[in-house]
Amino acid sequence: MKPARFDYVRAESIAHAVEALAGAGGDGKVLAGGQSLMPMMNFRLVKPSVLVDINRIPDLDRITLEAGTLRLGALVRHRMTAEDVLVARHIPVLHAAMKHVAHLTVRNRGTFCGSVCHADPAAEMPMMTLLLDGTIHIASPRGTRTMPARDFLIGSLATALEPDEMVTAVDLAIPADGTGWAFEEFSRRHGDYALAAVAVLMERRDGRARNVRIAMMGIADTALRLSDVEAALEGREGTAEAFDEVVARLKASLAPNSDLNASADYRRHLAGALARRALADAWDRAREAHMEPA
Amino acid sequence: MEDRATITLTVNGLTQTRAVDARLLLSDFLRHDLGLTGTHVGCEHGVCGACTILLDGRSARSCLTLAIQADGATIETVEGLGRMGDLGRVQQAFRDHHGLQCGFCTPGFLMTITDMLRHHPLETDDQIREALSGNICRCTGYQHIVDAVRELARARGPLT
Ligand SMILES: Cc1cc2nc3c(=O)[nH]c(=O)nc-3n(C[C@H](O)[C@H](O)[C@H](O)COP(=O)(O)OP(=O)(O)OC[C@H]3O[C@@H](n4cnc5c(N)ncnc54)[C@H](O)[C@@H]3O)c2cc1C
Ligand code: FES
Ligand code: FES
Repeated sequence: MKPARFDYVRAESIAHAVEALAGAGGDGKVLAGGQSLMPMMNFRLVKPSVLVDINRIPDLDRITLEAGTLRLGALVRHRMTAEDVLVARHIPVLHAAMKHVAHLTVRNRGTFCGSVCHADPAAEMPMMTLLLDGTIHIASPRGTRTMPARDFLIGSLATALEPDEMVTAVDLAIPADGTGWAFEEFSRRHGDYALAAVAVLMERRDGRARNVRIAMMGIADTALRLSDVEAALEGREGTAEAFDEVVARLKASLAPNSDLNASADYRRHLAGALARRALADAWDRAREAHMEPA
Repeated sequence: MEDRATITLTVNGLTQTRAVDARLLLSDFLRHDLGLTGTHVGCEHGVCGACTILLDGRSARSCLTLAIQADGATIETVEGLGRMGDLGRVQQAFRDHHGLQCGFCTPGFLMTITDMLRHHPLETDDQIREALSGNICRCTGYQHIVDAVRELARARGPLT
């Protein structure tokens, strides 16, 4: 047997699942797609005493359009997100990002919410949740709460989730009509975790970039929103000089690690090249919207 | 809440009922409990694809699935694709195109390709290679596998 012994609970409802987590006394784990948890259990890096399988809880496999947001339930698999027409129509940048996530077989099982909970610094889903001002829906025996993604994701493989809590859904804010977008990623083999990736959203009003949002991964121990760089571009014309300047600022602000896959210098260069391309593409895709006269 | 349970599932059309430990992997259940050793085990962390089976019609890593999770499910393994002297379409295409050498990776490729042919557009070699990217082969260099899939995708319907 590869994993260490545990008690298995097939949760029938969210209430059942969080009761079982609470009963585990801090040592329970939710099993969603299993595409990150099972490898860790097979190697006994993780040894939960209670495993709470949420795969049979009804109605969690939905993508729904709420007011201004798309809600992805806890059993929405990567394949569903990649193929969903609401995602393709309302959040094309997410549709583009999903093409880079893992391989066909892994996409059949892995869940969006599971990836956000796993909080791998090189995963696309936490980064896209940050880009899209995501809100995390959380349930526990004590009730429900919501939390902005930027507070939820606190470090490499670390979130603000309590041991008796599970994530029931993630809400993603739908960008305004005409918002330009771009997603750029570099990995050594298709479907592998990326060395670096960047996603950009920007609106274009009266020839100027507005509401600029930039998220990156592969450059720190979590995915990041680059608020300083966003602010530096806000209100400026989308010229080559402006993009070069903010990319120089971005590169100066990064302190990536060297590891087996890439040196810090290489990662900084890569991040700059991807960001430069993404900023220009997002600007080109943005549709001009004139501000109403005051 | 149990660390052991009795499961009933359909494997290659036959109903099987067995008592299993909760921590038993589906890959080990198929190989050790049912004797279906066609499903291979390489890395046991989801990377190599050798253990790929179909779970309710879609490909899944059996090394990342617990047997207990498959209670009530329909499983297809490489043994269900065909037999000696009566190979299935995917197996025959591999044979015709020399899509294997040592054969260790082959069961996983055959099951992944079965999912691909049922569910995914495979109009270009790029799409075929992308869909194969989750399975590792140390022998063939992949070209003959791509050739086999291209022929299968053509036979499935016209290429646009
Ligand atoms: C070969 C391979 C390649 C991959 N490549 C990529 C890639 O390129 N990009 C990428 O982003 N990912 C990749 N992945 C990871 C994949 O996306 C996983 O699906 C994802 O990281 C976790 O989702 P899951 O549903 O499988 O979660 P699980 O493995 O079931 O769980 C992961 C963690 O999150 C917790 N958890 C899960 N769901 C919940 C919930 N609802 N509430 C509370 N806690 C929860 C679990 O307890 C566990 O700690 C790859 C995986 C493999 C095996
Ligand atoms: S043994 Fe399952 S993917 Fe390698
Ligand atoms: S044929 Fe030997 S690993 Fe693929």
